[in-house]
Amino acid sequence: MATLTEQTILEGLAEIVNEETGLDTASVQFDKSFTDDLDIDSLSMMTIVVNAEEKFGVRIPDDEVKNLKTVRDAVSFIAGAQV
Amino acid sequence: MTTIPQQRRTLTTTTGAAYSRIWGVGGYRPERVVTNEEICEHIDSSDQWIRERSGIITRRFAAADETVVDMAAAAANEALRSAGLTASQISTVIVATVTHPYQTPGAAPIVAERIGANAAVAFDISAACAGYCHGIALANDMVRGGSAEFVLVIGVEKLSDFTDKTDRGSAFIFGDGAGASIVGPADVPGIGPTVWGSDGSKWKTISQRNSWIEVRDGDIDWPAITMEGPEVFRWAVTAMAPIAQAALDQAGIKAEDLDAFIPHQANMRIIDALVKKLKLPDHVAVARDIAETGNTSAASIPLATQRMLDSGEAPHGGLALQIGFGAGLVYAAQVVVLP
Ligand SMILES: CC(C)(COP(=O)(O)OP(=O)(O)OC[C@H]1O[C@@H](n2cnc3c(N)ncnc32)[C@H](O)[C@@H]1OP(=O)(O)O)[C@@H](O)C(=O)NCCC(=O)NCCS
Repeated sequence: MATLTEQTILEGLAEIVNEETGLDTASVQFDKSFTDDLDIDSLSMMTIVVNAEEKFGVRIPDDEVKNLKTVRDAVSFIAGAQV
Repeated sequence: MTTIPQQRRTLTTTTGAAYSRIWGVGGYRPERVVTNEEICEHIDSSDQWIRERSGIITRRFAAADETVVDMAAAAANEALRSAGLTASQISTVIVATVTHPYQTPGAAPIVAERIGANAAVAFDISAACAGYCHGIALANDMVRGGSAEFVLVIGVEKLSDFTDKTDRGSAFIFGDGAGASIVGPADVPGIGPTVWGSDGSKWKTISQRNSWIEVRDGDIDWPAITMEGPEVFRWAVTAMAPIAQAALDQAGIKAEDLDAFIPHQANMRIIDALVKKLKLPDHVAVARDIAETGNTSAASIPLATQRMLDSGEAPHGGLALQIGFGAGLVYAAQVVVLP
């Protein structure tokens, strides 16, 4: 699969966040914190992570999840994990 | 050299009923209601956190002198009433539990004797939160294979005896109770193929803290059950939807044909995630007994079934998809016709 741009990953991630939480996709921006700005708890975060794994074909280990504090963290991790 | 005689007789075997179905279901909920406030006397948590992360509002705890056998017998008698059968018609008693506090013997023979199913085949199975669905699979195969006519399947737990009240990661989840079903012969299929299996590489994610040997040889506290919550959550929401879907596919049933979805009552958030992944239409009633019963492991599916039938949420004769999953890790799913 061709590697996706960060913008495409952001859009895909926003759809996943919307599906899990009902938040408007436009509110999912690079500098937003999942917990503080988007009010996403650890279990919703886990669900978002597993859906992102499926959508982008990457593996996001449990230990990595707690480092994904902002939307940018998640997008960069996914971009870097693509093969 | 020994030889086999040429005209040796062949073995006679049994043949069973064409199909099986669940004839009746019963439950037993201990009297004492335990609130989140009471749980928070021992852990740093709050009613709000517990509700948001698990959907649990209250759970039941058995009395100190109330045993797994007592609860199992109470649920079994309810199931017999619901099926319109007497104990003497029961040829097999299967008890699914991980909290019968005797390593030996199993609870099933005592339960059989207690309810009057004297001389019944009786044995326990250890498949944790998937125990009831394993029991239904065994019962179905026994009835159809001809080794039993009516099988009593009981899921029962007194988890309060095996929970560390001070463990933040598990103290709020577990509850006590018993649920039972009776599987017997049928002219049309009432239990679909079981999709089941295990992943032993994850055995440590839900387990008794220490083995009995370690307890004997070390300076070790009571070996309560502990859980790696996030890892179990991840496994449940990723691995279990395909298993549930496979149970539907193998039964030749589509999500829209279902009347009810009755997953193990592990955590409301897992239930919600499974409903989404399976794309269940709105008309499918979803079991949410966990709110008032907590996670009762092997008892959760029959207890939730009983509640849905009694309240009219699910129709008698309706189609239900049930899936159990838990310590092992093990899982089992099947589509059943509700009694
Ligand atoms: C147990 C479970 C609810 C824990 O939720 P979780 O969000 O995964 O919890 P985590 O351990 O990741 O902790 C998340 C946060 O909540 C806090 N927390 C943990 N337990 C808490 C509790 N009882 N009360 C309040 N806060 C708690 C943590 O300290 C952490 O806070 P931080 O983010 O500030 O560090 C969840 O993992 C779960 O339900 N797993 C599946 C369990 C299950 O179904 N088991 C049975 C299978 S048969």
